[in-house]
Amino acid sequence: MNSATIAEPWDKEIVPRRGWWDVPVRELWRYRDLVLLLALRDLSAQYKQTVAGPLWFVLQPLIATAMFSLLFGRMAGLSTDGTPHFLFYMAGMTVWNFFAECVNKSAYTLVRSAHIFGKVYFPRLAVPLAGVATTAAAFLIQFAIFLAGLGFYLWKARVDPAVHVDPNWRIVLLPLLIAQAAMLGVGVGLVISAITTKYRDLMLGVGFAVQLWMYGSSVVFPLSAIHGDRLRHLVACNPMVPIIEAVRFAFLGQGLVTKAQLATSAAVSVGMLVAGVLLFNRTEQSAMDSV
Amino acid sequence: MARVLHVENLSKRYQLGSLDGRSFFTAPTAAKTFWALREISFSVAEGEVVGFLGRNGAGKSTLLKILSSITSPTAGRIRLRGRVASLLEVGTGFHPELTGRENIYLNGAILGLSRREVTAKFDEILAFAGVEEFIETPVKRYSSGMRVRLAFAVAAHLDAEIMVVDEVLAVGDAAFQKKCLGKMGEIATGGRTVLFVSHDVASVEALCRRAIVLERGRLCFDGTQTEGIAHYTAMRSGGGKSLRERTDRGGSGEVRVTGLEIRDRRGQPVAEIQSGAPCDVVLHYESSLRHPTLAAQILVTTHVGAPVFTLANWLTGDEFRDLPDRGTLVCRIPRLPLPEGSFRVSFQLFADSGGRDELDSMTHAAALDVLGGDFFGSGKIPRISAGVCLVDGAWTAE
Repeated sequence: MNSATIAEPWDKEIVPRRGWWDVPVRELWRYRDLVLLLALRDLSAQYKQTVAGPLWFVLQPLIATAMFSLLFGRMAGLSTDGTPHFLFYMAGMTVWNFFAECVNKSAYTLVRSAHIFGKVYFPRLAVPLAGVATTAAAFLIQFAIFLAGLGFYLWKARVDPAVHVDPNWRIVLLPLLIAQAAMLGVGVGLVISAITTKYRDLMLGVGFAVQLWMYGSSVVFPLSAIHGDRLRHLVACNPMVPIIEAVRFAFLGQGLVTKAQLATSAAVSVGMLVAGVLLFNRTEQSAMDSV
Repeated sequence: MARVLHVENLSKRYQLGSLDGRSFFTAPTAAKTFWALREISFSVAEGEVVGFLGRNGAGKSTLLKILSSITSPTAGRIRLRGRVASLLEVGTGFHPELTGRENIYLNGAILGLSRREVTAKFDEILAFAGVEEFIETPVKRYSSGMRVRLAFAVAAHLDAEIMVVDEVLAVGDAAFQKKCLGKMGEIATGGRTVLFVSHDVASVEALCRRAIVLERGRLCFDGTQTEGIAHYTAMRSGGGKSLRERTDRGGSGEVRVTGLEIRDRRGQPVAEIQSGAPCDVVLHYESSLRHPTLAAQILVTTHVGAPVFTLANWLTGDEFRDLPDRGTLVCRIPRLPLPEGSFRVSFQLFADSGGRDELDSMTHAAALDVLGGDFFGSGKIPRISAGVCLVDGAWTAE
């Protein structure tokens, strides 16, 4: 052979390590049907052979909201910024649940799908993406209940001047805020997923850490209940706080959030997503040798 | 012809042990490593069907896993053209709670088909699997045979340019295996490139024109199917060495067996033989004694070494006197009484018919692979699970 060797048009090269930025985005697009089918599988398999079926999507947040109203609203007497308890907790819960599920689903990607990943190749990112789709479906159902509740309180506010709810034009920002929560959740989840392939102990702490995170995320209290500017700024550094506060501000008219905080939170979310995807993409290639 | 696959110096190292017990707080111990693949290079042209042969642990599966991007190599590179579809284990991703229909779509998507592509082939897949009546039934209620058929049907209808197939034919009943082989042949003749991994010589023989033999992670043969199979068979029986080179033998050495082969009814040396078929076990010998008198016996054992039967010339009443210095002894078996499976042939040569004065002997001198066959002439294929030896017989009621 010499330099006259015919150059063959290769489509794909398999090398020991892909570059950091070599994320198979185009391939992921080609497998978009897989993302959809995986999501549908999760949704339908989850509730086959259960008594209440999809009703569980509705019951879970309702029961949790009732618990919160009782524990934090009535017994502990935490402030809800003067908004109805049900709406206050429900708004925080649905957004938080969506985020937490994004973290959970992404974090367990490599470990839970190891049996499939070890036998067949498809872009691994399809699995966390499908997880987001499933989670988004659950969120929509839960948010619909929230909206029904909002409708009820709006009607009530007409006859009872003590009820304060004030939805405003900012509700159009909801898709953006939710996308931001998804990016943050998936990013955090993928980082965890990449690390847990080597260090299993982290997995044990994930559920617990996410739960702790919730108590620092203005789900059971409004940011305004934090006294002192310094402390309040510190709490607002948690990227989930501006998201939840913004949702409450848009739908209930009460919430403490600045444009700067939102922008910072958005930047952190995007950064987290990029870090998660890159780290995951890098680990995934040899992960099947160790899980 | 244009190459669709080019593998250069591919190596893969695995770490053994240690990883399981590793945690964040304990530093990784100096792990033992092991090379599953060492500097493998080959290329495959469009439309070629290549069989990969090798014993368990030779690196076949690792190679295919790297080819199908399941894991990445430690060194070297692969360049390829077109889509790679791997059928490493059929039925991957089947969800027991979902119906057959839902699983066909899901499995198709996992293997890289779009919903539209699956819809276009749906009827064909269904007909091939033969599970039409159960299509709306959850897969958990399927028999294992039905599940396998459905999975293979989906995988076999992929339209990828490069198909990677690993031992799929080890599943299902004989009729379905035959159907699978037929389908694989069809795919191969359809101009697609097929990489076929098996330790079943028969299916490689049926499908592939080219064979690549791996041993302990290295590529030790790349050439035509016939030569490849011969190489593999020889390797399996003697650890890669020819009988002449083997030193794991007993006896005085005054007479030596230099070759042992199995021949079919036409006198052709073969790698395997069918149950109930006539065959000859042929010993080639060289003697340093003049006009030797020999007594010979062969012992057939299962692949784990359990004796099945012995044939000795002093038992059959045949005698060998004043033989030439080099020649062949032939032991004829009119109807091979072995079921489908892997057997070994050992031999012993004596100077005396009483089993004294051993001249030469070797355990596991050759492999005898038996293919399932219609031993009883009833259309049924007896299985090794029912006994390692087949005996003529018939049933009547009195």
